[in-house]
Amino acid sequence: MIPARPAAAPPLLQLRSVRIGFDLPEGQLIAVRDVSFSVPHGGVVALVGESGSGKTVVSQSIMGLLPRRARILGGEILFADPDTPGTVVDIARLPAEGRQIRRLRGRRISIIFQEPMTSLSTLHTVGNQVREAVEVHRLATGRLAEELAHDMLHRTGFPDPARAYRAYPFELSGGLRQRAMIAMALVCRPALLIADEPTTALDVTVQARILKLLRDLRSELGMTMLMITHDLGVVATVADEAVVMFRGEIMESGAIDDIYRRPGHPYLKALMAAVPRFNMGRDERLVPLREIGPAGGRLLAPRDEDPATGPPAGDPDPVLLRVDRVCMSYAARRGGRLTALDDVSFDVRRGECLGIVGESGCGKTTLARIIMRALQPDSGVVRYAADRESPGPVEALARFRREVQFVFQDPFGSLNPRMTVFDIVSEPLVIHGIGDHASRRAMVSELMQAVGLDIRHLTRYPHSFSGGQRQRIAIARALALRPRLLVCDEPVSALDVSIQAQILNLLRDLRGALDLTYIFISHNLAVVDYIADRIAVLCAGRLVELAPRDVLFARPVHPYTRALLSAVPEPDPDRPLDFNALADPRQSIPSEWPMPFRSDDRHHPGLVDVGDGHLVRAAHAP
Amino acid sequence: MLAFLVRRVLIMVPTLIAISIITFVIIQLPPGDYLSSYIAELESQGESVDPARIAALRAQYGLDLSATEQYLVWVGGLLQGDLGFSFEYQQPVTEVVGDRLFLTVVLNAATILFIWVVAFPIGIYSATHQYSWGDYGLTLLGFIGLATPNFLLALVLLYLGNVWFGTSIGGMMDPAYIHQPWSTDKALSVLEHLWVPVVVIGTSGTAGMIRRLRANMLDELHKPYVVTARAKGLGPMRRLVKYPLRTALNPFVADIGNLLPQVVSGSAIVSMVLSLPTTGPMLIAALQSQDMYLAGSFLIFLALLTVIGMFLSDLALAWLDPRIRLGAGTGR
Repeated sequence: MIPARPAAAPPLLQLRSVRIGFDLPEGQLIAVRDVSFSVPHGGVVALVGESGSGKTVVSQSIMGLLPRRARILGGEILFADPDTPGTVVDIARLPAEGRQIRRLRGRRISIIFQEPMTSLSTLHTVGNQVREAVEVHRLATGRLAEELAHDMLHRTGFPDPARAYRAYPFELSGGLRQRAMIAMALVCRPALLIADEPTTALDVTVQARILKLLRDLRSELGMTMLMITHDLGVVATVADEAVVMFRGEIMESGAIDDIYRRPGHPYLKALMAAVPRFNMGRDERLVPLREIGPAGGRLLAPRDEDPATGPPAGDPDPVLLRVDRVCMSYAARRGGRLTALDDVSFDVRRGECLGIVGESGCGKTTLARIIMRALQPDSGVVRYAADRESPGPVEALARFRREVQFVFQDPFGSLNPRMTVFDIVSEPLVIHGIGDHASRRAMVSELMQAVGLDIRHLTRYPHSFSGGQRQRIAIARALALRPRLLVCDEPVSALDVSIQAQILNLLRDLRGALDLTYIFISHNLAVVDYIADRIAVLCAGRLVELAPRDVLFARPVHPYTRALLSAVPEPDPDRPLDFNALADPRQSIPSEWPMPFRSDDRHHPGLVDVGDGHLVRAAHAP
Repeated sequence: MLAFLVRRVLIMVPTLIAISIITFVIIQLPPGDYLSSYIAELESQGESVDPARIAALRAQYGLDLSATEQYLVWVGGLLQGDLGFSFEYQQPVTEVVGDRLFLTVVLNAATILFIWVVAFPIGIYSATHQYSWGDYGLTLLGFIGLATPNFLLALVLLYLGNVWFGTSIGGMMDPAYIHQPWSTDKALSVLEHLWVPVVVIGTSGTAGMIRRLRANMLDELHKPYVVTARAKGLGPMRRLVKYPLRTALNPFVADIGNLLPQVVSGSAIVSMVLSLPTTGPMLIAALQSQDMYLAGSFLIFLALLTVIGMFLSDLALAWLDPRIRLGAGTGR
């Protein structure tokens, strides 16, 4: 027996003309057509595409995990297991619940999913779920299985594997949950790991650490990886080769360098042009796959012509909204208080776009709610410029509600499915008793044109629109009262890259055309960089740095801001993530920051101006 | 966990006190008392009643006391295990109820067991074979079970039981054993008679549970964590039992508290049709004749069952579901 592989060893995984169809009541839908690619031993191949491109269906077919209504109509999925040289299995032909495919699943091919919370069972401990994979394949039982699980939890970076073993998934943070998921997938030492959007639900700094972990484990365990993602930055960081899919077909495939430097297919070129990158020129525009041309009209014209609500001529206060020393805390479950916001102060100037960046749990949503006056802060105030002109608090609030509007993150949850688009967009006018039916109709038509939607669709219901269209409806609704200030809470994070570019351009154009001011909240630095004039960085409820956009990116001062900036994978193979720089998870813990930035019981640094309107939270100028 | 237990037990005390007050008020609500309805009955038969004797009886039974005092006397007795005195039967309530309470518990425990044993496999089958012929057939049967009135089913089964098995109609044991001390033969006779009321009382509960289990399972079957289990290589059966079934159990465990009193009170009409020696018919009679202490004992018994059922289901939930045990939200 000669274990050496023959010269022309087959690749670990090879797909040949795979076609997958869904049996739907209205007929068969071909979700994947003629997909062929191969994953070499030890390589990392990225399968890239937007939602609906069929990339997840392909990954499911490799695991034999297709939904019941989906069927493989043709082609071969050849898996050459390195443990049994010379044999090649065609997974496409194995019965979905058969013994053969079950022997591969979890043992030779493993998968990790996007959402570790729902992908792990809440009712079982992490240890139980990790060792189960070992026991199911009869690789070990009892003490040995437990030891294997401990070992893998250790390798996936749990500081205390024994404790993690006994923990339930809901007791872990998002990043640790994904590590538990990875431990579960790798505990049997599979030859191939499929990672289906493994970092999409995570914060950038956590994402960077998980990507590093995957890279380290890959070389340590000698496995091959198929990475499924929509994020071109992640692809450039981890993959050797990329396969680009669009509507069930492969558009382009090749080595990363070729793909990024010489994109051939128009779709790939368009995709590249739609991703916001750092250091784009001030006037450089993203190019969405389909540009929408917003058209402002008479009714939406800037308010200067409107004496009733216009600012008093000659004395425009440059500050539209002032957040002054706002603190907010919630009662924690096990006694004590959880600080959501700690002494947050900033101004929003008339006509600017202020970006607020932070990771999950940093308090940005609480801040948005306080600005919207949906929550009362424990201390501190939010002053709106026009408050002084109102005779009383009731009138001030009514005016505030007209002039400040909100755009939500989730365009699916924020539109009432039982209302037509017309009802949705005109509802603010009805609530505030503005105009009669005819004038409302005219206003709604103009709003629809402003966001590039067809006015013939006014009688439809939200379910017949795509995510991007829904977000445009939500924006139209927010504009109905001709607000001055728009608070956008992660308005593009639920959208595909190309749609994201469309919405970002729309928001940019509307701001110029309608003389709006934005507060733009996002976790995505590149997006904020594209749209904002000034950027505020939040961490653990504290405003750590506030600077004009160019200054912040060119000269970040605060250690957290630096960590944040270094953790964003860029869609450019020449600028890979510096994994060594971001291994430290203490960068987001205020009491671990170096002096003069440290913030704990004894140190309460305030904001220090380091020039050019660049504010940093530090005890003194660093 | 200990704090949870203690808190949970302490909550039961004020609940039971409140229930006893409400029970007592309800019993007192109809105008008059046992004696006035007794007098009315005697007078309707043309007999005269000596007012002095009535007054004496009133004093003897404590009916001349104020409502608050009567309540305190009653509750004081309950705490010492003295359920009071039944006017109608002229015996202490404990003796009147006698075996009935025990038989009621046996009947209802058997019914709950029947519901679970039948409903679980069917519900799981229906969910895993959604829209198959088997699912449709079982669903149809379930709907028939839901829609058939209990007493009709009781009559049909009694007839069939008599014709096919020669079991005597009605009752929970052969007439020969009534008022006899317990023996093996008597217990066997009870078992022989038990199945008719169990099927009758349990049918609608079973049908309802099948529907709920099917719906719960369908919700869980396609959750991502089940896909994960599949991706690990688990076989269909093991996967099903360990993950979705486990999650789908929660609503049922939470339901035990409701199930107990529902089954107990639901069996009253059936018990009358089948002339079962359970508590249901006696409760109705006691309420009609204003036999205060007897009715009160029954109502308190029902309330106690509910409270204990809720307690047990909370315990089981805490045991089953770490999220409840560890007091965590479902945070993302």
